[in-house]
Amino acid sequence: MSENTQVEDLVGKQYEAGFVTDIEQETLPPGLNEDVIRHISAKKDEPEWLLDWRLAAFEHWKTMSEPNWAHVKFSAIDYQAISYFSAPKSSEDGPKSLDEVDPKLLETYKKLGIPLHEQEMLAGVAVDAIFDSVSVATTFKGKLKDAGVIFCPISEAVRDYPELVRKYLGSVVPTTDNFYAALNSAVFTDGSFVFIPKGVRCPMELSTYFRINAANTGQFERTLIIAEEGSHVSYLEGCTAPQRDENQLHAAVVELVALDDAQIKYSTVQNWYPGDENGVGGIYNFVTKRGDCRGARSRISWTQVETGSAITWKYPSCILRGDDSVGEFYSVALTKMHQQADTGTKMVHLGKNTTSTIISKGIAAGFGQQSYRGLVHIGKNADGARNHTQCDSLLLGSNCGAHTFPYVEVKNPTATMEHEATTSKIGDDQLFYCRQRGISEEDAVNLIVNGFCKDVFNNLPMEFAVEANRLMEVSLEGAVG
Amino acid sequence: MLKIDDLHVAVDGKEILKGIDLHIGAGEVHAIMGPNGSGKSTLANVIAGRDGYEITAGSIRFHNNDLLEMNPEERAWAGVFLAFQYPVEIPGVNNVYLLKAGLNARRKAAGLSELDAIEFMQLVREKARLVELDDAFLSRGVNEGFSGGEKKRNEIFQMAVLEPTLAILDETDSGLDIDALRVVAKGVNALRSAERSIVMVTHYQRLLDYIEPDAVHVLADGRILKSGDKHLALELEKRGYDWVREEANV
Ligand SMILES: Nc1ncnc2c1ncn2[C@@H]1O[C@H](COP(=O)(O)OP(=O)(O)OP(=O)(O)O)[C@@H](O)[C@H]1O
Ligand SMILES: [Mg+2]
Repeated sequence: MSENTQVEDLVGKQYEAGFVTDIEQETLPPGLNEDVIRHISAKKDEPEWLLDWRLAAFEHWKTMSEPNWAHVKFSAIDYQAISYFSAPKSSEDGPKSLDEVDPKLLETYKKLGIPLHEQEMLAGVAVDAIFDSVSVATTFKGKLKDAGVIFCPISEAVRDYPELVRKYLGSVVPTTDNFYAALNSAVFTDGSFVFIPKGVRCPMELSTYFRINAANTGQFERTLIIAEEGSHVSYLEGCTAPQRDENQLHAAVVELVALDDAQIKYSTVQNWYPGDENGVGGIYNFVTKRGDCRGARSRISWTQVETGSAITWKYPSCILRGDDSVGEFYSVALTKMHQQADTGTKMVHLGKNTTSTIISKGIAAGFGQQSYRGLVHIGKNADGARNHTQCDSLLLGSNCGAHTFPYVEVKNPTATMEHEATTSKIGDDQLFYCRQRGISEEDAVNLIVNGFCKDVFNNLPMEFAVEANRLMEVSLEGAVG
Repeated sequence: MLKIDDLHVAVDGKEILKGIDLHIGAGEVHAIMGPNGSGKSTLANVIAGRDGYEITAGSIRFHNNDLLEMNPEERAWAGVFLAFQYPVEIPGVNNVYLLKAGLNARRKAAGLSELDAIEFMQLVREKARLVELDDAFLSRGVNEGFSGGEKKRNEIFQMAVLEPTLAILDETDSGLDIDALRVVAKGVNALRSAERSIVMVTHYQRLLDYIEPDAVHVLADGRILKSGDKHLALELEKRGYDWVREEANV
């Protein structure tokens, strides 16, 4: 076998989630207008106020233009060529009990390593499975309900807990926040809703698994997590999509609210289809994620492992409003082939003695482009605020690039700021050292990259840390040498 | 065992090794001494298979293997070990994990079963005791934040675990305190056996007080200018290298 076909084989092997589920779907024709929004809203049986909210967002969106400051390149998206709603026919009447879920869907998730039958699942992880525009199953609902925890599709929450949704929806990311958030507000279809009442420690990990299946559709999910006073929750999210030559848009909004002494840990393993080795196809992942540490001593922690998508535009952020609140951002982003990632965080310190930590690890291989973009803002009343930022980049090869754009705004002289940044090439001397000890080149690359990411992986829940390690290995196959 | 014949090596078009002949039998310990920049590390790296060197002539045979045809990991599996002059740090990679991956890869290549975590930890503890390495170093990142001497001791620890048949120690004695030197010697002497060969690159006769060599070679200007027994090292310590050069007419 020649060198080239070997490499191609590896590249072909790389994206394991690239299959399509053959299932009858109801998909709206492409295009975006008020009728489409009314249709989505009607499909979900939404109250009047939510339809009005969507329409107002749409009106505003029409006045906005796409942000152009990110270090990414792509040809213009035709928003009229996208379909804004697609759902498996079988789930027409909303999520059912597991026994009634279409076996093809169960099979799909099983193939992705997410069995939805509770007895087969990882003990201690509840899953909401979202397939294109709808939630197809949520597990362990009963057990969670006993603890007072609400974990359900957001469309269901709109029906069953309208006052909670109305109170918090858009309170962290307003509909006018940015181009993609406005679009999401107008057309969002499903997502997860989590409510942890006062004083409750959520008895299990909650997770949502997003799957894009239909062609030419966008996925616009909306997630809202509310942790009341003194409550704790750990939430995980995973994503995959079929392998296709067209780019597909995924524009999500995630809002977190932590009241006094509450803690939210939000982890993402993002493995959307990255496109092929020539840069054809792949998901555009344009996501707004923000957490509001609304209460004193609250804590929000974002951990993300981003290996997929053709383009990632994503800045999970924390508004540190409550005194003594803590925000954390731990990120590993890998770009290979022609992937581009512009990702980072915003830490907005408003309360006194607020603390934030940013650890970002960017890895670029092939023709991948990797940018860290971060803002640390210290407001004028934020006495005693502290930030520690560390952003490291690792380059594998010489055609890739890594860039850092750290922005700092300090309006209070008592702030303590630390910033460290490094860029390194995966060292020939490190590789040789490992190989001299008997480790093959490919294993050595994995070892070194995993070591580089360790500070971040350590922050993932156990089950996900293993998954993240494996994902990095698969993603790195054929990326070097 | 190890047979190097007429080895010529260039870096960036500049010839560094200009015809090395070196034969080391099983069970033998050879010391290589020589001025700075004479090519000692180059020789050690070329034996271990490091990239970036152009082999313009000559051969290196080890047992029945043509080493120059093998990649670094294959050489390691064949029993070649290099204790680096400057051990590199690999942040976040657990010291013992690296060793386990290396050892098991070698066992696999030899058709042996991989050691499980318990067997491996037993071996590791035993060898750590041998080289008096504190357990705390086992779980740290590879050489991460180690002092110069600690890095060297870690190399000897790795050697003890991997039990190579050809160990090349590139200035493992440099920068060691007296106790550490004794420990390194203990590690090397424990490895000495009829099947193993050891090459020690050193600047100091002192190491040879602890590890008695079967032969001492002077490498200068890319050639082995003189070979002798342990007395040569004593003489070099007294007289330096110029007389060797003069004698060899270079
Ligand atoms: N990668 C390289 N690029 C350029 N020159 C090199 C390279 N590697 C080695 N050299 C040169 O080759 C010569 C021999 O170097 P080497 O490291 O083998 O010396 P040494 O005998 O080990 O010296 P020391 O006793 O100082 O460790 C030196 O002049 C060195 O600068
Ligand atoms: Mg040297």
